[in-house]
Amino acid sequence: MSTLTYIIGWPLLAAIVLVFVPRSYRVIMRAVAIGATLISALLAIKMFALFHLGLPGYQFEQQIHWVESVGISYHVGVDGINVGLVLMGAIVAFAAACCSWEIQTREKEFYILLLVMAGGILGAFASLDMFFFYFFHELALVPTFIMIGLWGRGERKNYATFQITLYLSLGALIALIGLIALYTQSGAGTFDIPALISYLHEPGHQLSSQSQNFIFPLLLFGFGILISLWPFHTWAPLGYGSAPTPTAMLHAGVLKKFGLYGLIRIALPMMPDAAQRWVQPIAWLAMGNLVYCGWVAMRQKDFGRLIGYSSVAHMGFVFLGIATLSVVGVTGAVVVMIAHGFLAALTFALSGYLYQQTRTLEIRELGGLLRKLPFIGTVLVMAAFAGCGLPGFANFIGEVTVLFGAWQEAPLRAIAVLACWGALIIGAVYMLRAVRNILHGPINARWDGVLDASNFWRKLPYALLLVCLLVFGFFPRLLTDKIREPANAIAQMAKPVMANQAPEGPTLSALHTK
Amino acid sequence: MNFPLISLEVCVLILGLVVLVADLWLPVERKKLLGYAAAAGLTFLLAINLGGWGHCTEPGHAFNDMFVQDELSIFFNRFFLLSAIIVLIMIAEFSDQIAAGISEYYSLVLFSLVGMLFASSVNNFALLFVSLELITVSFYILTSFQRARGRSLEAGVKYLIIGALSTAFTVFGITLVWGTSGKFSFTELSPVAAQFSENKLFLFGLLFVIVGLGFKISAFPFQIWTPDVYEGAPTPSTAFLAIGSKAAGFALLLRVLFTAVPAITEQKVNVLIIISAITILYGNLCALPQHNVKRLLGYSGIAHAGYMLLGIAAMAGAKTTDGAAAILYYLSGYLFTVLAAFLVITLVMRHLDTEEISGLAGLAGRSPLLAGTMTLSMISLAGLPPLAGFFGKFLLLKAVIDEGPANHCYYYLAFIALAGVVISIYYYFGVVRAMFWGQAEETLPIKISGPIRVAIFVCIAGMFWLGVFPGDWLEVARNSASALGL
Repeated sequence: MSTLTYIIGWPLLAAIVLVFVPRSYRVIMRAVAIGATLISALLAIKMFALFHLGLPGYQFEQQIHWVESVGISYHVGVDGINVGLVLMGAIVAFAAACCSWEIQTREKEFYILLLVMAGGILGAFASLDMFFFYFFHELALVPTFIMIGLWGRGERKNYATFQITLYLSLGALIALIGLIALYTQSGAGTFDIPALISYLHEPGHQLSSQSQNFIFPLLLFGFGILISLWPFHTWAPLGYGSAPTPTAMLHAGVLKKFGLYGLIRIALPMMPDAAQRWVQPIAWLAMGNLVYCGWVAMRQKDFGRLIGYSSVAHMGFVFLGIATLSVVGVTGAVVVMIAHGFLAALTFALSGYLYQQTRTLEIRELGGLLRKLPFIGTVLVMAAFAGCGLPGFANFIGEVTVLFGAWQEAPLRAIAVLACWGALIIGAVYMLRAVRNILHGPINARWDGVLDASNFWRKLPYALLLVCLLVFGFFPRLLTDKIREPANAIAQMAKPVMANQAPEGPTLSALHTK
Repeated sequence: MNFPLISLEVCVLILGLVVLVADLWLPVERKKLLGYAAAAGLTFLLAINLGGWGHCTEPGHAFNDMFVQDELSIFFNRFFLLSAIIVLIMIAEFSDQIAAGISEYYSLVLFSLVGMLFASSVNNFALLFVSLELITVSFYILTSFQRARGRSLEAGVKYLIIGALSTAFTVFGITLVWGTSGKFSFTELSPVAAQFSENKLFLFGLLFVIVGLGFKISAFPFQIWTPDVYEGAPTPSTAFLAIGSKAAGFALLLRVLFTAVPAITEQKVNVLIIISAITILYGNLCALPQHNVKRLLGYSGIAHAGYMLLGIAAMAGAKTTDGAAAILYYLSGYLFTVLAAFLVITLVMRHLDTEEISGLAGLAGRSPLLAGTMTLSMISLAGLPPLAGFFGKFLLLKAVIDEGPANHCYYYLAFIALAGVVISIYYYFGVVRAMFWGQAEETLPIKISGPIRVAIFVCIAGMFWLGVFPGDWLEVARNSASALGL
């Protein structure tokens, strides 16, 4: 059994165990959930540490045939791209389980759903089989809907539940049609991603350009809806604003990256012609995320909606990185995915804490809370810095790499400049303004009873996520060294001619010496 | 003659008669047990069938080729037996709502089961008509069994009128087919069917036969009766109508389209695509505003018939039996899913005047098991993993998309199916919402008897098994579908 199977299996096993735990044993349920996600996280750290650089192909692989007649197998494995994503997912899942103390009703169902969601997310990122890739994603998506519906907050909870359910189901189904079409039209008779890629790159087996033109948009827009690609982002701010904290952390942090990962892992290497044709539109849509959604974020009066929009805006960087089809850009995109996973989980955890204490997230009503909440306030300030892309946090590494990648591509230069503005100016404006209005200034007497996170367990998730951001911010080579090889392979498959010319060495090493 | 091949059908018939006779000696308060006894009898027959004892699993032909026993019919036999077992348990639970004649209820279910068992082996238009009638006539009574209840009588009358009309179409169609081709037997018809592809009379005859079968599966435009009858009929009858009668329709449709007239089916691909598309959209769109759970399941049943027609449409254009395998797989999942939903409805709502969705409100607090079962059932109907409905829809979509490059209409069909699925998620989650969010008028816990509990666990296990470990059952479905031999 591969370590990966254990990483996926522990939360799912714990979910099954919880079904049989009596409703009144609250402490045990919480302990089981935290314990299982902790084991997953520790195993993921171990896997990350043991990952061998420079080995071709996948590591920690395991393959079990599932439905042989259709070519479906349970196939998990990691390369440089998803090893970091699995690590991020496992750590965020643990943090989300720690943050679940705010749930006071029907805890049993909540923890079961949370664990299923965590297992599904980790499975989706570890899968190397398109069927299981989709299967695990949906397995994580269904609990999301139920959790928002049952434990969500705010007046528009029901509307938000239905909106997010219909939107995301539509996106997932469009992607499913794309994946099935990819399977049938490749003629390889397998859902296995590495096998399909190598099959499609044998001479004479490439997908016809007609098929590519049909399938690529299906995947792009299907996944795009899941990732909140502009203009399909409208579900995200309201959905996250209404979701219970752990759900928002897991979804915004990890599950949303599924679509991006799918584009990098499946769409780019398998459909290079279509990918090149779609580069410009993707880049302009990414602008929609970065600039338009950033602009909208500035106008938000509710902190929950603000970070919802800011999380949508950050997705623009990843799209821009993907649109470069170069090793630098794709590397940057993966780093942003990981960094933003930690950051989104952290900000949603913080906003959840604020809401728990004050019962409102209206920025106007809050103020001066840093005096009452020294720990939470400090973490929030640091999270805001990370969100602006300040050096020292992992986000900076990813964003700047993406911008380097985009600058290298002549047609994308204008967009790179705009992205710089969008990210640095607009991001700084809304983040710092929120910090000023929430944490500084005169304090309202209403907030006398507000309490800071006091004990170790309450502080742990915030500290853990922040430490991750800082570690990868100071030692980015932990990630980029692993990502470079597979990113290079993908870039070469997506753009055979250009990738050879791209001066990939200098830029990356320039980053490394920093 | 090869008489032993129909031993299963005969055994079920005898069981039905035994139930009728036993009724004469049983005291009133024991009559509920008769249902359990009948279910046990069918379980025994199912066990024999699965064990491969006797003649019930030998392939072969009987009665001048009228009756064929192959992998497909064996698959459907087991399917019908299992659904009848669960329905009988449901009726026993429901018996407090039936004023008199509960034993007749049991035996009528068994008689219509005989019709379904014959339907799975039809190889001749005459037997097709007889088995169809045996099912339909039993259902005329089953749907109107709550004689004191106006809605039930109304359902029965509606079913009678539309059923009789469609029977008339079927008979007329059969005579036209026979009159033009001179063939009753599917085996004899299939080699010569291509000659009649321009013959208007023959095509009309075939169309009329399809009308009769379309009525059974409630495909558009023969679906008008479905919501009213589903709503009015006693819940166990609705359940049997939803699964048994629909599956019998599909068994016959597969036989007629792909063994009797494959050459003509191939030419009419686009008609099948259009029927499938409209059925999906009609069912899903009409289900949106429904307040009554059974009515909602009626419309959703129309939609699911549309999904299964995807398989038939795909197979009409293909040279493989993948579409039929997908239908068989989907039907298997649908059996567990729909019966689970109707078990919950029977338990929770049989004392209520109407089955409004609001009647489910607060079920999560009254009985977590039932609320969980209903939730799983809705998730499976919506086609979300990890339950049976997902893999079934996956197979159907795959079969359809497989044909896309040859005929682009299949792509449009796949997108319509997708739209249908998204719409359906809305109303299925409405049911879930009522159970968990709704304010309960009643807070009494619900008593669940032993046999019902077993039936519920069988349904849950089936949903999970078909959703998570699809490999083995897909092999079974493929083997069974291969009997159609394209």
